[in-house]
Amino acid sequence: MADNPVIVARGLQKKYGSTVALDGLSFDVPAGSVTGLLGPNGSGKTTTVAIFSTSLRPQGGEATVCGFDVVSQAAEVRRQIGFAGQFAAVDPNLTGRENLRLIGRLSRLSRPTARQRCDELLEVFGLTAAAGRTVRTYSGGMRRRLDIAAALVHQPPVLFLDEPTTGLDPESRRQVWQMVGDLVRGGSTMLLTTQYLEEADALADQVVIIDRGRLIEQGTPHALRQRVGTAVVRLTFGDENSAVKAERMLAGSSPERHGATLQIPGAEGSSAVVRVIRALDGGPDPVAVEIREPTLDDVFLSLTSKALIGKSAGGAT
Amino acid sequence: MTSVAKPGTARTERPGWLWMAVTDTVDVTWRNLLSMARTPQVLLFSLIQPVLFVLLFRYAFGGAIKIPGIPYIDYLMPGIFAQTVAFGALGTAVGLSTDVRSGLLERFRTLPMSRLAILAGRTFADLARNLVVLLFMVGMGFAVGFRIHAGVPAFLGALGLVVLFGYALSWAFVSLGLRLSNPEAAQAAGVPIMFLLVFASSAFVPLSTMPGWLQTVAGHQPLTALVAALRPLVLGGPTASYVLVSLAWSGGMLVVFVALALRQYQSLNR
Repeated sequence: MADNPVIVARGLQKKYGSTVALDGLSFDVPAGSVTGLLGPNGSGKTTTVAIFSTSLRPQGGEATVCGFDVVSQAAEVRRQIGFAGQFAAVDPNLTGRENLRLIGRLSRLSRPTARQRCDELLEVFGLTAAAGRTVRTYSGGMRRRLDIAAALVHQPPVLFLDEPTTGLDPESRRQVWQMVGDLVRGGSTMLLTTQYLEEADALADQVVIIDRGRLIEQGTPHALRQRVGTAVVRLTFGDENSAVKAERMLAGSSPERHGATLQIPGAEGSSAVVRVIRALDGGPDPVAVEIREPTLDDVFLSLTSKALIGKSAGGAT
Repeated sequence: MTSVAKPGTARTERPGWLWMAVTDTVDVTWRNLLSMARTPQVLLFSLIQPVLFVLLFRYAFGGAIKIPGIPYIDYLMPGIFAQTVAFGALGTAVGLSTDVRSGLLERFRTLPMSRLAILAGRTFADLARNLVVLLFMVGMGFAVGFRIHAGVPAFLGALGLVVLFGYALSWAFVSLGLRLSNPEAAQAAGVPIMFLLVFASSAFVPLSTMPGWLQTVAGHQPLTALVAALRPLVLGGPTASYVLVSLAWSGGMLVVFVALALRQYQSLNR
């Protein structure tokens, strides 16, 4: 744990009716770092961010931002944070500039400061040319950029981004990543949720993996990858039948099959390839063999399947 | 990039809650008005319906409805004014549920802004729209033969009562709008309430023509009270007690529904 965590969750509990969204979630985000909150749909990511951005109250546990409690000191928390939710929350009938100025004013900027900040942000986010057009005419990527710009308008030290790149094309996604990187270099502390492990890999100093509202694992992307091993062997077969046959022959190496491809995790380097190919002797021939670095996807699958089987999911930090 | 990225360097203000409520309400109202002005089809739709009713009752049904001593159009128009703002109040529910769906309401709730301003800004903008539609209907009424008989000040007073009633009713629809994240659903849920309010009233026909049980219902609801105050203000006759009853209804509705709306708003974080 860091010496001075800016975002702190302690035993957060939240239920919607009888559905448990958060089940004692705890984690810290150190100052000036990015934490990626990772998990499948319904794992509690959005609920967590909503609690930190003060739009939802936890039923148990404690959440603080810069030392301020999100429930009892919500007004102070709101001054410290910028929030961009899953959908670009802007008024389609206002122009980009009008949207930003409105959020700036409501974030307690004086009229001249709001005007100046908006112009700066429009410039940085590449929206100056479109600033006078209504948002209705914007592409999805432009809306998203405007939405994130709105979260930054009062220069908050802490940012919450809920799936900032969901639904974006690769080019827009890269632009958002670039912006996030710039922000962090500028000193922001950030909690972002994502379903893309690639994204957490690219942006986050720390990854918090949650499932069913509980912490599954926490660590740097590098450390988490280490847990799976140093390489993943990936075999592609001509058809699914061959892949199924090969899956049976490799049962000892715990392969994972997706259609006509098999992934064998936890292997060590190229010697693994030799071992796998030998084991397949007399069986179906793969059409392609690949060795690659394990991604967080591999980590995620191995961790959540473990967690789903085992009773205790290792919730302690 | 550095000036944009560096946190905590923008000068933010720390106003008192009342000043914050006032400035935020102004900003939110302005945003809603701007948004409305850029979707003229919405204004158009809120005009079509009362215009059709005027035409329908003036030319199609009106001949069959006899009100002793006065032309039906003079009896009808106060009812149309009341109906116009009643249906206008639906716009509050539709507008809020649009903001719920777009996520804008959630964003507002994470900003260091006045809680009251989000709802007040909505209802004030709807008040302005109601006023525009109402003035249009006044013009239309005069064009199809409506005349006032009790002088201009009384008529302006009548319009004031209509607007106040519409504003109070807007607040009744805040809760509906906050509950539904679908503008179409908000519209569909609101219309039956509106029909009951408008048609189980003396807006178009005298209560005495209704069956006894309906007279009891229609005789004790705010829209009938409003129309009862408007008619003498337009046609002449004793007004004071009717005006007071309508003011009491609108004032009471305002107090109750503002309180309910704020409570509903506070509980959004559950």
